Amino acid sequence: MKALLFSPWTKRALFALCLVPACLLIARGFAGELSANPVEFIEHATGDWALRFLLITLAVTPLRKIFEQPLLTRFRRMLGLFAFFYTCVHLLMYLTFDQSFDMKAVVADVWKRPYITVGMAGFLLMTPLAVTSTAAMVRRLGPRRWQLLHRLIYFCTLAGVIHYYWLVKSDVREPLMYGGILALLMLYRVRLWVAKSGKSKPKPAVVSA
Amino acid sequence: MLIRKPADLRYSDVTPRGVYYNRRRFLAAGSAVLGAWALPSPLGATMKINNVVKSAYTVDEKLTPKADITSYNNYYEFGTGKDEPVRYANTLRPSPWQVQVGGLVDKPKTFDLDAFMKIAPLEERIYRHRCVEAWSIVVPWIGFPLAALLKQVEPNSKAKFVAFQTLYDPKQMPLGNRAGIELPYVEGLRLDEAMHPLTLMAVGLYGETLPNQNGAPIRLVVPWKYGFKSIKSIVKITLTDKMPPTTWNLTNAREYGFYSNVNPAVDHPRWSQATERRLGELFKRKTLPFNGYADQVASLYTGMDLRKNY
Repeated sequence: MKALLFSPWTKRALFALCLVPACLLIARGFAGELSANPVEFIEHATGDWALRFLLITLAVTPLRKIFEQPLLTRFRRMLGLFAFFYTCVHLLMYLTFDQSFDMKAVVADVWKRPYITVGMAGFLLMTPLAVTSTAAMVRRLGPRRWQLLHRLIYFCTLAGVIHYYWLVKSDVREPLMYGGILALLMLYRVRLWVAKSGKSKPKPAVVSA
Repeated sequence: MLIRKPADLRYSDVTPRGVYYNRRRFLAAGSAVLGAWALPSPLGATMKINNVVKSAYTVDEKLTPKADITSYNNYYEFGTGKDEPVRYANTLRPSPWQVQVGGLVDKPKTFDLDAFMKIAPLEERIYRHRCVEAWSIVVPWIGFPLAALLKQVEPNSKAKFVAFQTLYDPKQMPLGNRAGIELPYVEGLRLDEAMHPLTLMAVGLYGETLPNQNGAPIRLVVPWKYGFKSIKSIVKITLTDKMPPTTWNLTNAREYGFYSNVNPAVDHPRWSQATERRLGELFKRKTLPFNGYADQVASLYTGMDLRKNY
């Protein structure tokens, strides 16, 4: 297992796997299977994958702890960057085809429409994480500050879930499902933090009245 | 001339899609009428409509391809994804069908489909159709003015509104329970809107009967209102003196009003209505007041605050 996780080929294979959704979209495009509204189709697909990759990235820590596989962390940066990649395509589709790069209209949209506001906020919070994802940046920031900064991913993902929830007209099952997964992943962390803080300072004895 | 040998023809070449997609029901229906002479009309399949006259109520715009009109639908009884109705609406049985017309009328009447199709000469009308979700299509509908139907039942002087109801049969619409909206789907118009010559009872599109996912066998088309007002698969029409409830208004009153006239100046609370994407075009185009029918219908609303009466 260790050898497999350590192999450069595993990383390459995962990279290819992460590109599959994008390749499928391109293939569908050539086959004329992007529905009657291709722009919306691509926006929805890339939005879905951005959110899924955020959740997959957030699943790395729980998985590596539960299965005691610290090497899993090797893949976390790539997964996070793919979340950013799909987010960028998603945003670019919106800027190009929905707004024709009319920046005044974009600003008005961000200002007026809560689901756009929260979506854009999620993107803006993600950008520094992508920029500081290199090993050199970790060193420059120092691991403690770097980790603190990268906790922003919790808010990015929450923003993604809300962005989706506020967009749908009546059938909220999918955004709720993503919200539920995020809640589970966060609950796991809260449990870890509680356990940690419990260790460092002993709990006060419970006094019954 | 190429003459195909019999072996080159598959059964699917000579069988309407609806029949082989619904083989079991077709067999059951077939055995039910065993001994009778006539087989029921093919289930779920569209048929050519003859004797259609061209109408003056037509826009000179590029038609949206039939494949797009019939594969990108909002029909929540058959799934909430726009690609779902085309896949799941084959469980709808558009024949036999009855439409009950009653309420505040002097001559209430129940029409079966054949009688319904003969209420008035069928016309082809090319209308713009604008969804509240900011996409639009141009559709060659076949139908007749709703006014012709209403005249037959003779609304009395108390009638002020017309209420419409879609079929709701959980057996035919098993996905209805996850639609997130209350069913049966209901809609309504003010009587003067219903009597307007643009308001159409549609029975077909592109020269054929309506595909199930487009609201077979009969639907309303009100081209100056958002698409959800154009209620599908109608079983009941009732004249009333009170403004009838409408499904999307019941779902979210802040976002969907009774009138729901296409209006680029009044946004949906969550998104802009200033522009729309015509299916087949990449960039958005400007949305027109009353979807381009302002000359014909704006006078219906003189003196009304369209911001309040959204």
